[in-house]
Amino acid sequence: MSTLPPPGEPVARLDLFQLISRWAAPLFLLLLILVFALLEPRFLHPLNVLNVLRQVSISGLIAIGMTFVILTAGIDLSVGSLLALAGLVCAWVSKGGMGDRFALGAAETVGYPVYMAASAAIAVGLIGGAIQGLAITRLKVPPFVVTLGGLTAFRGAALLFSGGGPISGFSAEFTWWGQGRIETVPVPVIIFFVAAIVAHLVLRYTPYGKHVYATGGNARAAQLNGVATNWIIVSVYMMSGFFCGLAAFLLSARLNSAEAVAGSGLELTVIASVVIGGTSLFGGIGSIFGTVVGALLIGVLTNGLVLLNVSSFIQQILIGLILVAAVALDQYALGRRNAA
Amino acid sequence: MSAPLIEFRGISKRFGAIHALEQLDLSLHAGETVGLMGDNGAGKSTLVRIIAGNFQPSTGQILLDGQEVHFSDSTDARDRGIEVVYQDLALCDNLTAADNVFLGREIKRGVWPFQWLDYGAMARRSAELFAELKSETRPRDEVRQMSGGQRQAVAIARTRLAQSRIVLMDEPTAAISVRQVAEVLDLIRRLKDQGVTVVLISHRMPDVFTVADRLVVLRRGNKVADKKIADSSPEEATGLITGAIETA
Ligand SMILES: Nc1ncnc2c1ncn2[C@@H]1O[C@H](COP(=O)(O)OP(=O)(O)O)[C@@H](O)[C@H]1O
Ligand SMILES: [Mg+2]
Repeated sequence: MSTLPPPGEPVARLDLFQLISRWAAPLFLLLLILVFALLEPRFLHPLNVLNVLRQVSISGLIAIGMTFVILTAGIDLSVGSLLALAGLVCAWVSKGGMGDRFALGAAETVGYPVYMAASAAIAVGLIGGAIQGLAITRLKVPPFVVTLGGLTAFRGAALLFSGGGPISGFSAEFTWWGQGRIETVPVPVIIFFVAAIVAHLVLRYTPYGKHVYATGGNARAAQLNGVATNWIIVSVYMMSGFFCGLAAFLLSARLNSAEAVAGSGLELTVIASVVIGGTSLFGGIGSIFGTVVGALLIGVLTNGLVLLNVSSFIQQILIGLILVAAVALDQYALGRRNAA
Repeated sequence: MSAPLIEFRGISKRFGAIHALEQLDLSLHAGETVGLMGDNGAGKSTLVRIIAGNFQPSTGQILLDGQEVHFSDSTDARDRGIEVVYQDLALCDNLTAADNVFLGREIKRGVWPFQWLDYGAMARRSAELFAELKSETRPRDEVRQMSGGQRQAVAIARTRLAQSRIVLMDEPTAAISVRQVAEVLDLIRRLKDQGVTVVLISHRMPDVFTVADRLVVLRRGNKVADKKIADSSPEEATGLITGAIETA
């Protein structure tokens, strides 16, 4: 915060450390880009850049929803499983049933239009989120436990629904949403950035967004001041579910297939993106901008190391270290702010 | 004496076997400041929470302007001009002073669902309120970084948003430094100047005896004194609180 001290109190010196910690993730992202660009010329090639963005867009979309959840001091471990379930339902609607589930090519499909398939995916996400949100607020079970339950239950439902195999082969209109481009930019990338901007505006400039921050900052205080905190909590899990559904649709379109094992372990990448982006797991502090930076950081790191032929095991170690470093930095900065 | 602004008749509150309040009668008049004292567990916070609509009394009636009222929650009471400064202030540390003042009552623009926050208007109005309270709190500062006195000012400014008639303050001076206590007592005088009825809960004799007009003492859920400050003394109040003096 760029604030002046109250008159009569000693003037605090500009806290350089605060400034650095605030911009640590974006600075580190720029540094990574610079280093990879110097070491590997192919890195900045437009095709590679778009490729990175396309890879980031799916987990990035889910990370946007996760940001809402974590801002209320919650967590959603179920995103990967919900993605799989929503993807299968989406595919099923698009194909009009399981009849020709493996048929490739669009011409002979008897399924429903794209907007219905997409709506079905989003509906599954919203319902999954609502169930978890209600379990958290009504049954007073902690979010970690509820969504851990969701992680296994939704995966089980996906396996049950699919009978184990994939559903593949969609119409061209359907796959356009995952594979198409507008002026060379992949469609999911555009959707990701539009969603990020909208989510940013909602969090910063609407009463709803303010209430999300208030609920995470001090739920009891928010409630005493007339904020419907239970509804806020249900809504953020629905928000997370919405983005799982949207991402499921885009992923199925990109892969021209949906399967029950899609998105396994995705929750970890998504939570890492949000946390590296500076959103506090204790709630109340964080931003969509940070989440976008966090998602890009992981995407750039993975892509750059692949181009440099670095083992994927080392990538995992590095992402783990960055995650812990990011949180350590935030904690330290917060301690200094509280002491100020 | 004029008709009371708010009147409690035979209010009791039980939590299981605990009788937090027993058959309490109390009247508050427009513009007066009442000091509410009592030992820990005497029932002071319970009384405040009943007036504020957080708790419903087990028995008894509440009359506002002579009419019986039932508050089902704090927004109900707030709509009727009753505001509370909670013991822990109920502030969100992660938000700014202005955000906290307007929490749950934001100034919005646009039409639902396309409504956005009018940060400018909220900052201006908060600045006016802080000026009225003669506090140096600045609207856009994060509450996390504020002193105890400034935090009190934020919580009190919140009560001035609507045309509040009754402000309940639960131990506003319990957790702050001596210098800040003076600041808070000044804030209470400002409320009084504006004709607001204040109920001040405090353990500190000097607080009550400098700002209150009337002294009410609770002991184990019973009202044991209700008299003008001018007719009492800190010694008597201490005796009433501890039970050394039975009633007065
Ligand atoms: N929510 C509650 N549930 C059960 N007992 C309570 C509750 N709130 C207060 N009490 C009990 O009621 C009595 C009065 O408490 P309180 O009004 O907080 O006292 P004071 O504010 O005067 O210290 C105490 O015995 C306390 O334990
Ligand atoms: Mg108390």
